[in-house]
Amino acid sequence: MAITLSGDQSMPAPPLSSRLTPAQVWGIVLLAPYLLVFLAFVVYPVCYGLWLARAPSNYVALYHDPIFARAAINTLIFLVIGINIKMLIALFLSGFFAQQRTWIKWLSVIFILPWAVPSIPTILSVRFMLNPEWGVINHLIFSFTGDDGPNWLNDPTVALAMAIGVHIWKSLPFWTLILITGRLAIAHDLFEAAEVDGASWWQKFRYITWPSMQTLYVTCTLLSMIWTLGDFNSVYLLTGGGPADLTHVLATLGIRYLRLDQLSLAMASIVCAMPFVLPLVYFMMKRLSR
Amino acid sequence: MKLPGVSEFSWRDVATEARLLLIGIPVFLWTMIPIYHMFLFAISPKEDAFSGKLWPDHPTLHNFEIVFKQQHYFLRDFYVQFWNSTLIAAAVGALTLFIATAAAFSISRLKVPGGRMVLNLALFTYFIPAAFLAVPMYRTMGNYGLLNNHWSLILAMVTIASPYAIWVLKQASDKLPVELDEAAVMDGATTLQIFRLVYLPLMMPSLVAIGTYAVLLAWNEYLYAFLLLSNDREITLPVALGNFLAADDSPWELLMTTGFIYALPPAAVYYAFRRYMVGGLTAGAVKS
Repeated sequence: MAITLSGDQSMPAPPLSSRLTPAQVWGIVLLAPYLLVFLAFVVYPVCYGLWLARAPSNYVALYHDPIFARAAINTLIFLVIGINIKMLIALFLSGFFAQQRTWIKWLSVIFILPWAVPSIPTILSVRFMLNPEWGVINHLIFSFTGDDGPNWLNDPTVALAMAIGVHIWKSLPFWTLILITGRLAIAHDLFEAAEVDGASWWQKFRYITWPSMQTLYVTCTLLSMIWTLGDFNSVYLLTGGGPADLTHVLATLGIRYLRLDQLSLAMASIVCAMPFVLPLVYFMMKRLSR
Repeated sequence: MKLPGVSEFSWRDVATEARLLLIGIPVFLWTMIPIYHMFLFAISPKEDAFSGKLWPDHPTLHNFEIVFKQQHYFLRDFYVQFWNSTLIAAAVGALTLFIATAAAFSISRLKVPGGRMVLNLALFTYFIPAAFLAVPMYRTMGNYGLLNNHWSLILAMVTIASPYAIWVLKQASDKLPVELDEAAVMDGATTLQIFRLVYLPLMMPSLVAIGTYAVLLAWNEYLYAFLLLSNDREITLPVALGNFLAADDSPWELLMTTGFIYALPPAAVYYAFRRYMVGGLTAGAVKS
């Protein structure tokens, strides 16, 4: 104790505590729990992970792994096509749910269910619906046409499309909700004036709704893209990455390498995604921390 | 708007209503089909479930009985796993609330030096996709010797939940008038008294929203739970549900029944606190 005290006194600056008010000391004390969590479970893992992924040979190995290339393409399809479809539907439905009707109000309560319930049972439910032998979809196809339905999850393209569908099912309510709040913030008299002027449905959307919602819409789309990069459940629980590891996305691929005990490859695959993730994150932070 | 009682039949209104129904019905079906399918399995005997019927010939609660009496190999630890899920969700909720409230108070009310930077770091963590952090997190928990220990999942979920919690709570506390603190200081209140007697009561609605958010996040989490816990008596319910798939002849009707039971508490919590959730979370989620 005495040694550390004398060490403090030899420093040129006065001791920290004498420059701080009691409130600031409390501020540091109250901030400490989060800082500890942040250091132990964000900084340390990230640095450790980057250190594991430092060898260039990892990247050569990834480059030669066809599953990685496929996963990267699948991720791009998931983000560029899946998210844009989802956000367009959310934008459309936000207009629908903004209508003042009692039954639409009730429907909106039900509509939120996919977001409120955990994903594993519902995704497994969809998985069984798509089962080629026992699933209800192929049973219905058989009873209507007399033909056997397709083996849905055995075709990589269909399976990926289904995974995107599951993702949309799960997260559409959340984004619709956000866009509804954006829509309800638009001053109502604008629409009334447009009504008087005889504006069409499209004109009202083009000249009133869209200009006031475009910032929110773009923010939501980017945020959804970042989060969807980490969507492990939709792909893993529906297809497990199969058939033949052709439907992996980067989120499931990292876990696949981890399960195969190739931790450095897992980290390297994540590092490869960073050039795309970090600009998005930077942009979002600029936008949100104004 | 028409006056009630004045029934003025108009084709235009009918057409509008029909168009709305044309959107509403598919939305309803799209939302409900996977959930209904799960429910259907839960109340069907095995033969009916696998025959693709839209309503079972003999609806039964037998599956629930099997689950609640743990009468199947996959279900022998059902109550332990249910308890694990509950305990972990409650711990994550409590710890997140404690850490995030303290941090938000410190940054927003006490204006601690460097608070702005901590907030930005938290925000940055919020944007790291969870599945990406899972890989190094798994290894880190191994290094800390926490694998297969409930604390690993609790701490991991607190790490994921607290950035957003801090950010929402910070936004909410910025809205409280600064005069309140000043008046309390005039009256000789200490910092802790301000925190306890002024700050916490005023923040209650946001705290309820954030607590609910953290509890639901932890209860619903699959990926981290399945990476960090593996012992049958340590795992949470979602991991147990995933383990059903390991068998070739999975008892799907029991899987769906257990899944249905597992999905009920979060749905109930969500609807109970919906008022707080919608206000507190959507306002924070995307600031336009």
